[in-house]
Amino acid sequence: MSRYLIPLLLVAIMIPVFIIGLNRDPSELPSPFLNKPAPEFELPRLKDPSRTVGSADYAGQMVLVNVWATWCVGCRQEHAYLLKLASETDIPIYGLNWRDQRSKALAWLSELGDPYIASGFDADGRVGIDWGVYGAPETFLISADGIVLYKHLSPLSEMVWQRNFEPRILAAKGSIE
Amino acid sequence: MKRGWLALFVVVSAGSAYAIDAGIAFDDPQMQARYEKITSEVRCLVCQNQTIKDSNAFLAVDLRREIRRMLTEGKTDAEIYDFLVVRYGDFVLYRPRMSGKTLVLWIAPFLLIVVGGLVAFKVVRGRMAMSIDDDSDSNQATG
Repeated sequence: MSRYLIPLLLVAIMIPVFIIGLNRDPSELPSPFLNKPAPEFELPRLKDPSRTVGSADYAGQMVLVNVWATWCVGCRQEHAYLLKLASETDIPIYGLNWRDQRSKALAWLSELGDPYIASGFDADGRVGIDWGVYGAPETFLISADGIVLYKHLSPLSEMVWQRNFEPRILAAKGSIE
Repeated sequence: MKRGWLALFVVVSAGSAYAIDAGIAFDDPQMQARYEKITSEVRCLVCQNQTIKDSNAFLAVDLRREIRRMLTEGKTDAEIYDFLVVRYGDFVLYRPRMSGKTLVLWIAPFLLIVVGGLVAFKVVRGRMAMSIDDDSDSNQATG
């Protein structure tokens, strides 16, 4: 009996390891900025290149920074939800228009609506690199003191918002008050 | 026929070889060598099993540009790898550094060799201790 016990035990250990391991999406990497200060940026605004938008604009506020592009399918998918968030929550959303063409991006916003306070135009992806962006859409939740509370790597939706964002927002607000 | 396919393959693949990272980045062969070494050690995170040297994804193009810039600015290889790890995490390097988080990656192979070796040793020892005259049995068992 005991000669089967060890292999059996090993299998019993391996099963949960594989169940967890195989259900994880290997393309979703934890951001090295998690719980650390968010990188700073300053970029020309998408809609008005003569002005800039950057991290200085939202200092002291809890915000979302959403990385988007017109070539990104997931961005189109989450766009309606971003509009909903912009109208129904008090968290400002800043856009990082990543590796895009200005004319296309402007057309996208006028056609689908603009949920952003402002979008920075990162044509050559320089700011994207500073933020460790590797695939749009990406959404950063940044606390009032500039810490990255969470980074989400796929399109936003009601379910994602309730499960991944709301608890962190409540916790962060609770710790301030 | 076979030769035709081969010729087609060569023509097609030669085209794509030029498309990625066309031209030489540096006149100085030493710099070029460093550039090629670094780009072949950095993972393209959008196309996870390719290096940024082998990919033409936006991210790979941007990272190659940044690496060229840093090399021109006189940054050391270590500084360049640091720049990438700070932004993208350990996974960006094909040879992750030894750190608390990656320690298990480094020691696991040796640990497995030791454990496997011990098991093999015990099994062989056990077999050696068995009497020889049950040959027919063990033949059946191994099929």
